[in-house]
Amino acid sequence: MSAPGPVIHTRDLVARGERTAEAVTRAALDAVTRQEPALGAYTAVATERALAQAVAVDQARARGEALGPLAGVPIAVKDNISTQGVPTTGGSKILAGYVPPFDATVMARLAAAGAVLVGKTNCDEFAMGSSTENSAYGVTANPWALDRAPGGSSGGSAATVAARAVPASLGSDTGGSIRQPAAFCGIVGLKPTYGRVSRYGLLAYASSLDQIGPFAITVEDAAAVLAVIAGHDGHDATSSAQPVPAWTNDGDARGLRIGVPRAFIEGVDAAVAQAFEQSLSVWRDRGATIVDIALPNAPLAIPVYYLIATAEASSNLARYDGARYGYRTTVTAKDTLRDMYERTRDEGFGAEVKRRIMLGTYVLSAGYYDAYYLKAQQVRAKVRDDYAAAFATVDVVATPTTPTPAFKLGEKTADPLQMYLADIFTVSANLAGVPALSLPCGFSPDGLPIGCQLTAAMWDEAALIRAGAAFQQATEWHLRAPAAVSA
Amino acid sequence: MDHTLYAGATHACLGCAESSWYDLQDMSVTPLPAEEVRRIASLAHLALTDEEVGLFGRQLAEILEYVRQIQSVDTAGVIPMSHASAAGYERPDTPHEPLPRLEALKNAPEAAPEAGLFKVPRVMA
Repeated sequence: MSAPGPVIHTRDLVARGERTAEAVTRAALDAVTRQEPALGAYTAVATERALAQAVAVDQARARGEALGPLAGVPIAVKDNISTQGVPTTGGSKILAGYVPPFDATVMARLAAAGAVLVGKTNCDEFAMGSSTENSAYGVTANPWALDRAPGGSSGGSAATVAARAVPASLGSDTGGSIRQPAAFCGIVGLKPTYGRVSRYGLLAYASSLDQIGPFAITVEDAAAVLAVIAGHDGHDATSSAQPVPAWTNDGDARGLRIGVPRAFIEGVDAAVAQAFEQSLSVWRDRGATIVDIALPNAPLAIPVYYLIATAEASSNLARYDGARYGYRTTVTAKDTLRDMYERTRDEGFGAEVKRRIMLGTYVLSAGYYDAYYLKAQQVRAKVRDDYAAAFATVDVVATPTTPTPAFKLGEKTADPLQMYLADIFTVSANLAGVPALSLPCGFSPDGLPIGCQLTAAMWDEAALIRAGAAFQQATEWHLRAPAAVSA
Repeated sequence: MDHTLYAGATHACLGCAESSWYDLQDMSVTPLPAEEVRRIASLAHLALTDEEVGLFGRQLAEILEYVRQIQSVDTAGVIPMSHASAAGYERPDTPHEPLPRLEALKNAPEAAPEAGLFKVPRVMA
C-alpha cells in the first residue's frame, strides 16, 4: 500500500489528536500567504471563517464528539461557488463586492464534515476559459513554471493544491475546467457524473454541463472529498437520487478493460504521447486489458460545446443586470433602466464573457436556432451514444487529458478559437454527462506535468477510482512537488 | 476516420503530422455586419463600444465558420439531447422560510430597505 494522501493523512492526525485543526489551518493559511505573491491563486482568503471552523472541530473533539470525515482538513474553493459571508465574484467585476447570504450545498456539506474553508480561488470569469487569464482579479501562475498558465477555468484551485498549500480544493467543470488544470498542474482532478453533486449555489454558466468536483494529490483523497459533497439535494432539480456508493480502492486493476480511441488522440505533443503510452503499460502490468475503440463523433465535441454552452450562458448570465447585487454603472438623471442594464453589463463583463453571450444570443435568435442550436443538440446525442457503445465493451476510456503540457501565459489570449482547442479531450465527457478523472502520468523534457484522463459510464466513478488508485500505487508522478514555491 | 471532421476542412487537421494542435490557419471570413452585431448586442442588453462591435463582428464570424462543420453531420431521426439527466425530480411541495428581505437587499447597489425594495432608474425615457 502506498502512503495515504494529504487529505486522509491530515484527517487522521486531527482525529488522533496528534495535531489540532487550528494548527493545521494556521499552517495552510501561512502557506497560502507566503505563496500568493508568486501564484496569485486566491481572490479571497477566509482567515476568520477558517479559524472559527478549525476551533469548532478542536472543541468538538475535546468534548468527545464524533468527528466528520474531513474534520480539520483545509480546503480551498473556486470563487464561483457561493460561500456565506465570504465574497464570491466568479472572477467577474460584475460581482465585485458581492457577499452571498447563503452557502452552496457543497459548502454546507463540507462544513458538516468538518472541512475548513481557507479561501476562494481565482478562475476565468464565470468559468469561461482554459487558462485563468480571463479573471478580473489578476492572473494565476502555474507553480511548476511561473510563466505558464495553470490551466482553467479552475486554475487557482489547481495551483494551490499543486503547491501543497492545501490538501484539496473544489473546482467546477463545464468543458474540462477541473481536468485540464489538474493536468497542467500535475495533480488529480475529478469531474463527477452530471447530477452526482448538487449545483445549488454554483454561479451557473452552462447548466446542462456544469458539475462541481474535487482536486487532490491522490485519487483516494479526491474520492474522500467527493463522498462528502455527492448525493441528492432538493435544492437542485438535476441532482440525482442515485445512491452514493462507498468508494473504496483495492489498488487492483486485474480484469479492468481500458479502451483507447486511437484515431481521436493522434497528433498530440510527443512528450504527451510518450507519457500516455507508458501509462497504458502500467495498467497492463497491473492486469488490465487495453483495447482499441472508436469515438467517431468526439472530434465534433468542441463545436457542439461552444454552441450549447454559449446558448445556455446567454440565458444564465441575463441575471447580472446591476439591479440586485454586484456592480452597477454610474447612473445619471437622464438614464433609463435599460441604459443602466446595458452599460452595467458592458462595463462589468470581460471580453470572453461578452463574446460568449453574443455567440449564444446569436445561435438562439430567430432564423439560426435550428441550424446551430438544435443541430448541436442532435450531434450531442451522437457523442453520448458513442460513449454508451464504448462502455458496452470497456470499463474506462483512456486518453491524454490535454494535447500539450501547460502553455505560456499570454500565448493564446489573442485567439479565442486556439484557446477553445485546449479542451478537445475533455469537453465530450460534459456533453455526454459521464464522469472523468485526470491524474498525473509523466513530465515533459522541460519539467512540465502531463495528465492522463480516464472516463467511465454514467454513475461509475468507482471504475475511475479503481483504475486511478491502481495506477498511483505503481507510480510516483503524483508525489513530485514543484520546487518554485515549495514550503 | 475522416480527420477533417476534427476541425473542419479549413483548419488544422488532427493526424496531419505537419500541423500542430493549435495552428489554426488564418481564416479569411467576412465579418458579421455592424448592424447585425448591434442587433444581437441589443437582444443581450450589452452597450458595446464601436471597437467591440468591430472585434466581435470578426471573431463571431470566425467562430461561426468553425462550428459550421457540424452541419454536415447526418442527424436524420436523432432526438436532440438537451440534458444528461435521465429523469427529472419532483420535490414535495412544502413551505419553507425564504431569505429574509433585509438579507436579500444587503447586496443591492441601491435599495430602500425600509420599504423592502430594490431601487433602479426610471423605466420610461
